[in-house]
Amino acid sequence: MKRIALISTLFAGVLLIWGTRDFPSWGDPNAPASRHVSPTYIERTVEETHIPNAVTSVLGDYRGYDTMFETVVIFCAGIVVISVLRRPDA
Amino acid sequence: MEAILSEIIAKYNYWIYVVLMMVGFYAMIGKNNLVKKLLGMNIFQTAIILMFISSGVKKGGLIPVLDKQAALEHGVNSALINNPVPHVLMLTAIVVSVSVTGVALALMQRIYRRYGTLEENEILEKIDR
Amino acid sequence: MKKDHSLPQDRPIGPSLIIEVAVRIMIPFIQLFGLYVIAHGHYSPGGGFQGGVVLGASFILMAIAFDLKTSLRFFSLRANAVMASSGVFIYSGTGVLCALMGGLFLDYSALDAIIPLGPVEWRSMGVFVVELGVGLAVTSIMASLFWDLSSGGDMDKGL
Repeated sequence: MKRIALISTLFAGVLLIWGTRDFPSWGDPNAPASRHVSPTYIERTVEETHIPNAVTSVLGDYRGYDTMFETVVIFCAGIVVISVLRRPDA
Repeated sequence: MEAILSEIIAKYNYWIYVVLMMVGFYAMIGKNNLVKKLLGMNIFQTAIILMFISSGVKKGGLIPVLDKQAALEHGVNSALINNPVPHVLMLTAIVVSVSVTGVALALMQRIYRRYGTLEENEILEKIDR
Repeated sequence: MKKDHSLPQDRPIGPSLIIEVAVRIMIPFIQLFGLYVIAHGHYSPGGGFQGGVVLGASFILMAIAFDLKTSLRFFSLRANAVMASSGVFIYSGTGVLCALMGGLFLDYSALDAIIPLGPVEWRSMGVFVVELGVGLAVTSIMASLFWDLSSGGDMDKGL
């Protein structure tokens, strides 16, 4: 079992490293992740929302829907742990 | 040879995170104890988070917390400031990782109460009997 | 004179005066720092999740250094449930209030109709209200997860 695990891990690792041939270089300002909507977030965060912290303004204002469902996720995790572990008082 | 060397210099951060990912992956599938599998999943998630953060860095970039007076006076050059979007997505990923770890530990306590052991092969034997 | 010849690793772990006094001094400052991190999410790295985790860690520290019952005495189970639910309720309630006032869901500039501050200023205020809700929820869930997992569900003897 451990030999199969080791072989499949090495195979997956080689496959992933071969797949990083298409990635942009480290520190490239023209990477596709930094080009479409992220420059508008950085340039317009202070004048549109008066918040100098770009991460908080994206988290709370431009992408506020995701943060709401994330709060629901952690609330559900708390509820699940309560319902699995607590026993009713007998 | 020159091509391989320039490739290594341009992308060695992704390779380091792939190595960390494979360490976590081997722990998830190669170990027998349930707690060790959970720790492997945690290592995997941490490697993914670090890879995303490192993909949004720009050469000579400052952190995405701007200076309010300077930004109101003469604008900001977005090629010199790191990308804030991966930071936001990874905050969600960290919270998901904490939630999954909490629920998995609670399930492990119930499994231990029911079967008396946390080794995967012994649990499978007890289920099959 | 009787000397204690047992090794430190053989003595049972009990209450320790140094830990209790040191933790009793440190916890209010940790909580104040957690509130600072929540409130300064606009101007420095921070925000709802980060400050909520620091606040939750202060209750976990109380449960580790003293007893689990001591931590429950300062933050009861009923208050925990109310705070977690009200955190999620504040977030969704703000969104629904914005929709009722005429804008889109979670469009904070539509809240200008209640208290006139200006639509751009309301976006900053809306993010602050929402971060407060997130901080409340994360604080109580962190403490509740630790209590449940360390005591196995019956809340009488922790780690």
